[in-house]
Amino acid sequence: MKINLSVKIGKIKLKNPVMTASGTFGYAEEFNDFINLKRLGAIVTKTVTLKPHIGNLPARTCETPSGMLNSIGLENPGLEVFLKSKLPFLKKLNIPVIMSIASIGSPEEFIELAKRLNKVSAVDALELNISCPNIIGEKTLISQECEATYKTVSSVRKATNKTLITKLSPNVTCISDIAKAAQSAGSDAIALINTLSGMSIDIEKRAPKLKAVTGGLSGPAIRPVALKMVWEAYNNIKIPIIGMGGIMDTPSALEFLIAGATAISIGTANFINPKATIEIIDGLSEYLKRKKIKSAEELTGSLSHEK
Amino acid sequence: MLQIKARIISNKRCKGNYRHCIVNAKSLAKASNPGQFLNIRVSDGLKPFLRRPFSVHNINGSNLEILYEVAGEGTKLLADKNPGEYLDIIGPLGHGFDCRQEANRQTILIGGGIGIAPLLFLSRKIKSKNKIALIGARTKSQVLCEKEFRSLGCDVKIATDDGSAGFKGRVTALLKKVLQANRPTGQQVTIYACGPRSMLKAVCSIAMQNNIPAQVSLEEHMSCGIGACLGCVIKTRKGLERVCKEGPVFNREDLTWGKNEN
Repeated sequence: MKINLSVKIGKIKLKNPVMTASGTFGYAEEFNDFINLKRLGAIVTKTVTLKPHIGNLPARTCETPSGMLNSIGLENPGLEVFLKSKLPFLKKLNIPVIMSIASIGSPEEFIELAKRLNKVSAVDALELNISCPNIIGEKTLISQECEATYKTVSSVRKATNKTLITKLSPNVTCISDIAKAAQSAGSDAIALINTLSGMSIDIEKRAPKLKAVTGGLSGPAIRPVALKMVWEAYNNIKIPIIGMGGIMDTPSALEFLIAGATAISIGTANFINPKATIEIIDGLSEYLKRKKIKSAEELTGSLSHEK
Repeated sequence: MLQIKARIISNKRCKGNYRHCIVNAKSLAKASNPGQFLNIRVSDGLKPFLRRPFSVHNINGSNLEILYEVAGEGTKLLADKNPGEYLDIIGPLGHGFDCRQEANRQTILIGGGIGIAPLLFLSRKIKSKNKIALIGARTKSQVLCEKEFRSLGCDVKIATDDGSAGFKGRVTALLKKVLQANRPTGQQVTIYACGPRSMLKAVCSIAMQNNIPAQVSLEEHMSCGIGACLGCVIKTRKGLERVCKEGPVFNREDLTWGKNEN
C-alpha cells in the first residue's frame, strides 16, 4: 500500500507533516551530524529579529518534571547575519524553510522584516512569533489579545506574499478566539502551542533557578494542555494547524494529528534524542500502513467521539 | 558528533562517592580529544528528562572511561547501570584543551574534586616531560588518580582540606607554593585546570598575577549539549558564549567571572 505523507500549509507543500519547532533546532546545521536533514517535512528556524539580540542573562534553562524551562530571550544574530551565514546552508537542503521572526520593542519591525524577506526566495514561509514569553519588560504578549493579534497579522499579511504562520501562546483565556483573530487577519496557518509560563526554585539558595525568574515550560509536561488547545482550535477555525507541545515520539505525534493538526513540530525532544524527527517520520508511515490509511491528511481531526 | 549505543564494560565505585565507568565505543574513543565531553542519557524514561554531561576521563583502545561523582538523580541512575547494559551517548562535544605545546614546556595540571576527571586524558596527550599534577580533595580517602598520574610520569602533589594527605589547604594555595618555588614564566609553563567554579576563579587570578597562560574547563547545566538551545551560555570578553560549544575549555583571558554568569 502506497502511503502519502504529504501535507499542504498555505502555499507550501511538505513531503511529510514533521517539522522542527523554532528555538529547538538552531539553524539546522547543529543537527547535520545526526540526521539526514533533507528528510524533514520543513525546518522552522530559531527566531530572527531585525537587529542582533543578546537575549537574557544565564541561568537560562533548568530541568523540571518531564520537561524544562527556558528563558533564552530570543538570542539571535539578527537578519543580516542570518541571510549571509545561516540561510545558504538551509537553502541547500531543498526542503521548505520556515523562518521564525519576532519584533523586539516595536511591532513595526515585523512589517520591516516581512517586506525585506518577501524578496528572499530561499525563505518559503514566515512564522510570526508573537508568543515568546521571555522578553523582559513585556507584560502582555501580542498573542494574548485578539485585537493586537489581528492588527499585527494583518499588517504583516499586507507586506508579504509568502505563506504566513502565526504562532500562538497557550497563556490565554480562550485559544480559539485568538486563533480566529489570526485567521480573519489572513494567516495561512497557526502554530500552537508556544511554551507555558512557569518557574522553578532552588530551595537551598531560596532563589529562582532562572536568572529571569520565569521562563517557558516545554516537554511532555505540557502535552495534554497543548493537545486540548489544538483540538479546540481545530473545532473553531478552517486554516491548518501545526501542533506541538511535548511530542517525543510517534504515538505523541499521532495524538496531535488526530486532534486536528495538519502538521506537527518536534521541539524539546531534539535535545534528548536528535533523531526524534526521523524516527517519527518513519513511525507515522508504519502506523498508516498498519491502520490501512492512505494519507496523513486523513488523520487530521479524525478523532471519533460521541457528542 | 556521534550518537551511539555503547555497551558498559564496567561501572564500579572507586573512592567515596566517585565511580569509574568503562564503555566500549570505538568511534567515540577515536574521535575524542582531551577536555571534550559526552552527553549521556541515563534513563530511557522521562526522569531525569535531559541528558547529563560527563568529561572524557580516559581512552584505552576502543574503550572510553568516565569518572563521575554520584551527586544527584542522574548520576545515581548511572551508578545503578550494570556491565552489559547500553548507554545512549552523544559525543565528543565541545572545544577541549589545546595541548599542542612544545615538548620542553612545563605543564601544571590542577584538579579539584571530580574536576580531576578530564585531566588524566589530557596528561596522556601532552608531550612535555615536565608535568606537575596538583590534586585537590576534601580528605585522603577522596584523592583521585594519584597512581595514574604518577605512572604517566607526572610529579604528583596533593592538597586536602583537612590535611590528611599532602598539603593542608586548598589546591590553589598549593599552586601558589609550587609557582613560588619554581618561579616559571609564561614562556615556560601552561596551567590546565578543572574543578569547582571558586577554584577555577582562583586559578585564573593566580595565573594572571604570574603572567602564565591558563586553560580552564567549566561546568554548566546543559539542555542539548550541541549548541542548539543556547541555554548554557556564560559571559566572556567575546560576549555570551556557549559552554557546550565554544567551551567547556576557555582561556583565562576570556573569562570575566562577572556576577551574572554561572
